[in-house]
Amino acid sequence: MKGRDLLRTALEAVRTHKLRSALTVLGITIGITAVILTVGLGAGAKADVRAQIDELGTNVLVVSPGSTTDSSGVRGGFGSASTLTMSDANSLASDVVGPDIQAVAGASTSSASLVNGDTNWTTTLVGTTPSWTEVRSRGVSSGRFITAADEADAAMVVVLGPDTATELFGTTEVTGRELTLDGNTLEVIGVLEPLTSSEETTNNDLAIVPFATYSRRLIGGTTRDAVSEIYLKADSEATLSGAYQQAFRALANLHGTTSDDDADFSIATQQSILEASTSVDRTMTVMLGGIAVISLLVGGIGVMNIMLVSVSERIREIGLRKAIGARPRHIRRQFLVEAAVLGCIGGLLGVALAGVGAILLPRIADARVILSLGSSLLAIVIAVGIGVVFGVYPASRAARLAPIDALRNE
Amino acid sequence: MNPVIQLIGVGKTYTTGSLSVDALRGVTLSIEQGEFVAVTGPSGSGKSTLMHILGCLDVPTVGLYRLAGEDVSSLGDDQLAEVRNKHLGFVFQQFNLLAFLSAWRNVELPLVYSGLPPHERRTRALDALEQVGLADRAHHRPGELSGGQQQRVAVARALVTEPALILADEPTGNLDSAATADVLDLLDDLHDRGRTIVLITHEHDVAQRAERIIAVHDGTIVPADGLAVMGASI
Repeated sequence: MKGRDLLRTALEAVRTHKLRSALTVLGITIGITAVILTVGLGAGAKADVRAQIDELGTNVLVVSPGSTTDSSGVRGGFGSASTLTMSDANSLASDVVGPDIQAVAGASTSSASLVNGDTNWTTTLVGTTPSWTEVRSRGVSSGRFITAADEADAAMVVVLGPDTATELFGTTEVTGRELTLDGNTLEVIGVLEPLTSSEETTNNDLAIVPFATYSRRLIGGTTRDAVSEIYLKADSEATLSGAYQQAFRALANLHGTTSDDDADFSIATQQSILEASTSVDRTMTVMLGGIAVISLLVGGIGVMNIMLVSVSERIREIGLRKAIGARPRHIRRQFLVEAAVLGCIGGLLGVALAGVGAILLPRIADARVILSLGSSLLAIVIAVGIGVVFGVYPASRAARLAPIDALRNE
Repeated sequence: MNPVIQLIGVGKTYTTGSLSVDALRGVTLSIEQGEFVAVTGPSGSGKSTLMHILGCLDVPTVGLYRLAGEDVSSLGDDQLAEVRNKHLGFVFQQFNLLAFLSAWRNVELPLVYSGLPPHERRTRALDALEQVGLADRAHHRPGELSGGQQQRVAVARALVTEPALILADEPTGNLDSAATADVLDLLDDLHDRGRTIVLITHEHDVAQRAERIIAVHDGTIVPADGLAVMGASI
């Protein structure tokens, strides 16, 4: 019996028992859909995080304030103290201190409410230096960025993110317009180029003022020189670890830290940030994936169950086929191919359903799903495999039936 | 020329636990090429067991069975399947047609297992349907045919491999008298065209259509002079 005949026989059997086939296929379809969507959600979450981290710029290190130990020996929590200052940032910018560090930008951030007439918009206010654009690989689409002169004068100027400009003014052509922040009037001198790498970005909604303006005229605070982050840009990927070492040593010296464990700051690479943020997603993906695999297993058991019913229902057909010359292996193959066909249909429907899910899910929930051709093909192969694996037992039962017993069955 | 069927001292014992039943005991018979033979006997006589052995659906416990000159007494499942496919054509009481296949696809089925290419299968299946007078019903499904027509499709399926022997097991058991006559006429017709036919039946009238009657009783063949007695008991 040739492959083509086997396939035709299997398709006829599937078509003849439509309801039964549909129920068998359903289990596989749900399992495959769950598996593909889980993998797709994991990939989507990872891509989002990746895009957001890429928006930091290329070859960037982020220095954050760490824990401190006060005079009584109590160690404060991570980020609890403003241990980083703009003078730290300025030291790192020196070529002697950090030959592999190309550019440095300290930044302080806080939430601020900007007002243009009746329009009120709360955004992230960033106080930083002109090198910010170089470190973060950003540029302005209109106007100019803050300059050293603005910094020296603590000028009342602001550069807006494109989204912020649109929210406040309804347009991004806002150079020369004015807005107020807690009663202070700021002149808009430029608008940042939009970032398009991720959909969920917050990097298009911000307002940047010179650091001097931020610390002396707008926000103030106890330690006026403190920054919330220092961004470092290495010359290239090859010098990234060199830059890391130089920055760590320089800051440890400046802060009088003797051992690495006492450091009151921490330096993160984009890679380490990515790993930290995706490890949570990975745990979720593995858990959801486990549930999906279990549902696939249940689908497989469904195939076996219904194939067993099919064998006992078609016992006369098996007897007849044997009487007219079918060998045990012909019968075994017939049922195996039938199970594989059911698995394949289930897999195809599962991929289609996952495709629909990938379109609907981002609309219902705040989740992005990335489907890949590779994982879809793999899912179909797995579905066929499940059909075959769970079809083996029913098929060999059918193959073992003695023709007389099968024919005698009324 | 060798007989189509030659049984020498064939016995069949069924063992269930400690209980063993001799369904057939020392059966010796031969059927020549072109013969039309009826095997008859009451239920429990061993008639069915004999049919299963003749049809290579089962193997004898003792004795020798030659079918078309080939010893088939101790073949395995695969070889028995091949022998059934090549040398035997079955007609059953229940027709045993596959409901989801059209008449010609049912007739074609044995050829699928012989591994013939599709176009040749189709030609031969349509030719066999022609021989049973159902060429115009080739594309009907069994459900769209009368009982008599269904049994004729089954006969066509038995014919299509050009078997050495056609084995008809109570072929008229499920048919009304008109259809019975129809099918028996068809068997007569096939016999006239040189086919070897073994008809298993418990109906005296049906058995009378054959040239020779083999009566089975208590697992053995009753001698020819016992036929009158047998006839009375049927």
